[in-house]
Amino acid sequence: MAENIEEKVTKIVAEQFEVPAEKVTMNSLFMDDLKADSLSVVELVLAIEEAFGLEIPDEHAEKIKTVGDVVNYVKARAQ
Amino acid sequence: MPRRVAVTGVGLVTPVGVGTEETWQALLSGVSGIAPISRFDASKFATRFAGEVKGFVPTRWITAREAKSSMSDPYVQYAMAAGAMAVQDADLVIDETLAERAGCFVGSGMGGVTTIEATHLALQKKGPRHAFSPFFVTQMAINLAAGQLSIRYGAKGPCYSQVSACSSGAHAIGDAFRLIQHGEVDVMICGGSEAAVTPLGVGGFGAMHALSTRNDAPALACRPFDLDRDGFVLAEGAGMLILEEMEHAKLRGARIYAECKGYAANADAHHITVPAAEGEGAQRCMRAALADAGLDGTRIDYLNAHGTSTKMNDVTETMAIKKVFGDHARKLMVSSTKSMTGHLLGAAGVIEAAICVLGVARGQVPPTINYTTPDPECDLDYVPNTAREAKLRNALTNSFGFGGTNACLIFGRENL
Repeated sequence: MAENIEEKVTKIVAEQFEVPAEKVTMNSLFMDDLKADSLSVVELVLAIEEAFGLEIPDEHAEKIKTVGDVVNYVKARAQ
Repeated sequence: MPRRVAVTGVGLVTPVGVGTEETWQALLSGVSGIAPISRFDASKFATRFAGEVKGFVPTRWITAREAKSSMSDPYVQYAMAAGAMAVQDADLVIDETLAERAGCFVGSGMGGVTTIEATHLALQKKGPRHAFSPFFVTQMAINLAAGQLSIRYGAKGPCYSQVSACSSGAHAIGDAFRLIQHGEVDVMICGGSEAAVTPLGVGGFGAMHALSTRNDAPALACRPFDLDRDGFVLAEGAGMLILEEMEHAKLRGARIYAECKGYAANADAHHITVPAAEGEGAQRCMRAALADAGLDGTRIDYLNAHGTSTKMNDVTETMAIKKVFGDHARKLMVSSTKSMTGHLLGAAGVIEAAICVLGVARGQVPPTINYTTPDPECDLDYVPNTAREAKLRNALTNSFGFGGTNACLIFGRENL
């Protein structure tokens, strides 16, 4: 993969929540740190699904709270 | 005594201009905003032209992110743009002390029909798991233009949407006027927004045989009161007014365009699309608005007609005007600016109220364009083809909607 998963997720998150990429860390909480609302988080999950060709069931999506959670989830599913 | 109400801000997004001055100058020049449909392939539709808003860049008023997610529907985008223009024009700041005394009424006939259509197509193609944006409901619901404006400007008073087809915008302003008159609020952001130049909009009105089919000459298609008229022309856009309690406006040194003086709303209780004989409902509505303003008909100098360019409306409205105004009807300037803007449905009432407001403030009357062959049944002064300079004491605007719903508003500058 030309772009690693961390970079790709960071880019999507930054775009989705309109925040500068340098503000997005692996520990960033979507709602508290990046000021996203719940609808935007749902939309982010859809964007991640599309970018990585995944289907993320709701019970998994509910546990995804940080950028790191996304990265770990994508990595686990890619294996 | 009801309190007096001033108009202190105007914002317009129309097929003849994005901006109040752009729109006003185009109207005075007699420019048509009607052209072939560019939004979708209309080649199989009976009507292939409309009044689309041109050169609209949403990110002048909302963020790129908002334009893609929560405010992706053009009906919300037009409302946000017109709202921003009106708030800025009024130099209005809704701070904590004003917040609960300020509200938002934004009418619309159809709401986010663009979003509904696109999502339904996606649903058929991709299935329920992938078709929906989490923002779908809040993109298309009719009250969301009002909701988004209240959030943007911190208006914590009443916030909802009047839904009455082609009278929606006029009802929004009239209801806002009443709330201020009766002391419930001091300031209202009010108007209407519509973006129904879509396959469902064009197809639906087309199926009623309500639309002009003059496809070979779109700019000549909307010709209210002309003998050769053949239907209305669908259009889109938004308008917003800032209404404000008179003393509140004066105390903060706001520029006052005009006073909102009278309002009436009623129903024909007759038929879903056909007006009552001799415009009986429209007559009652105009009379009630005059009574509400405490004005004799002879004090009205300009009437912005509903003037849709359908066979039925223009004859019936003319008859109703003659019944209400008697001999004065001959002296009254009556124009239909829909000849230039087309019919903005739920936004039409506010665009035409704004035209009365600006006309009264500036002493100018936009014309009825495409008026070449008089209809013997339409025999008033329709301000044909050329704008006029004229001091207007008071102006009245008519809005009539499917379902037999009527609204009349009166604006003036006497005793300001």
